[in-house]
Amino acid sequence: MLELIHVSFDVQNEDGGKEIIRDVSLTIGDNQLVVITGPNGGGKSTLARLIAGIERPTAGTIRLNGEDITGLSITERAKKGISFAFQQPVRFKGIQVLDLLRLAAGQKLTVGDACHYLSAVGLCARDYVNREVNASLSGGEIKRIEIATMLARSSILSVFDEPEAGIDLWSFKNLIEVFENMRKTIENSSILIISHQERILKIADRIAVLKDGQLTMQGSPDEVLPTLVGTSSAVPECKVGAPA
Amino acid sequence: MDEIQKRLLREVADLHEVPEGAYNIRANGESVGRASTANIEILTRPEGSGLEIRVKPGTKHESVHIPVVLTQSGLKEVVYNDFYIGEDADVVIIAGCGIDNCGNQDAQHDGIHRFFLERGAHIKYVEKHYGSGDGKGKRILNPGTEVYMKENSTAEMEMVQIKGVDDTSRTTVAKLDAGAKLVVRERLMTHGEQRALSTYVVELNGDGCSADVVSRSVARDHSYQKFDAKLLGNAPCSGHTECDSIILDEGRILAVPGLEANNVDAALVHEAAIGKIAGEQIIKLMTLGLTEQEAEEQIINGFLK
Repeated sequence: MLELIHVSFDVQNEDGGKEIIRDVSLTIGDNQLVVITGPNGGGKSTLARLIAGIERPTAGTIRLNGEDITGLSITERAKKGISFAFQQPVRFKGIQVLDLLRLAAGQKLTVGDACHYLSAVGLCARDYVNREVNASLSGGEIKRIEIATMLARSSILSVFDEPEAGIDLWSFKNLIEVFENMRKTIENSSILIISHQERILKIADRIAVLKDGQLTMQGSPDEVLPTLVGTSSAVPECKVGAPA
Repeated sequence: MDEIQKRLLREVADLHEVPEGAYNIRANGESVGRASTANIEILTRPEGSGLEIRVKPGTKHESVHIPVVLTQSGLKEVVYNDFYIGEDADVVIIAGCGIDNCGNQDAQHDGIHRFFLERGAHIKYVEKHYGSGDGKGKRILNPGTEVYMKENSTAEMEMVQIKGVDDTSRTTVAKLDAGAKLVVRERLMTHGEQRALSTYVVELNGDGCSADVVSRSVARDHSYQKFDAKLLGNAPCSGHTECDSIILDEGRILAVPGLEANNVDAALVHEAAIGKIAGEQIIKLMTLGLTEQEAEEQIINGFLK
């Protein structure tokens, strides 16, 4: 279970201070899939980065299974069981997909295990396991590899920052299946997804709307979705990515 | 050979015992083991120090090992090795030099390798350099490589220097006839106060010949590297050079592109990128549970793999 308690985050720039996250309190319970949506620039990615430890809150507390992790580093939080999938996955020259999956699993992973994770995200494992995680991979391919590393991590809390960004329509359908499967199999763990996608919002247990750094609404899809349809916070899938 | 020499051999040539095929092992300036085969003959060069290696035409799937180890402080040597590769032969050549210097005098090995490839010949050449020892004397390696390539011959060259060499100046010269193909992969890491210079001059002289020279390097601490790659397109040909580098600490790298097209159908490309490790790469690996230092190591290992 993850708890954000009165979390705020502001940055100082030439024009003075700017509040990106304002007094956000949110709980993501065990066995729950929570989606945070809201307009662009509302602070969603910043909130995800605060949870992963990439940014530190200027006020408030973050707790994981009751333990205060506000002061912990990225590495320490990862070791406690927080995973983070980047909106734009990072590319590495020379590091192979198998290397990355092994680093993610934190143990000796057999090629067979690695293939299992790749197959789960719809990649033909044989073609990818020895590929470099470099610029030769398409946006959809690297996104799926990023998700495969999340599966290999098998964390207490998996945070996905706009998993649908930059992927093609075919990959998107596959992505929904991946989340649906994760949704079915989460046990004593939680999933947090930052997304505008109506189909992802529909599989959530709860939806939270973040606007101008503040939570403006929280509730079940039945409660929240009707207020979002037709806005940029719940985009139908046909608007995703490049045409098929 | 003593244990240090054996360790050096493992580092530079992955040799745990006497290799199969033709070989010559040189330790502290003397040959300590040599074998020729029916198709590959290793002789002492008639003039000066070094070897003459003759590969018969049509030889396939054979290898030559010619590692060098130095453990004597103050020893400086210049060695000339000439390789004559017969028509349509296809061989693997494993060279490499390891220096362990525990003394206060410099130890230096300058290996000059000349390759004469006949028509259709193919070599894969692997050269590793390694230094160890905690003496004040420097470990110095100045390899010179000359490659003369007849029609449709191919040379794939892999040069690696990852650790322990204080000062190196590498010069590679190649001349390619029609249809010849040169592929070079250089990997280099310098640290401390090390200095490494790598100079290439590749003449593309025949129709349809090609060269691809790629250097990946990492400069850390106060080390300095210079990558100077010059391609001369004297015929319809294609050439590509690339210098891809990571700098850390106060490491410095100078990449000097040199392309000279003397024929309207010469297509020459140079790419160079130098920069520190991207912050996002470190952060990504930290989100997998690695510390900042572990992340940096993984990124560099991958980059130089």
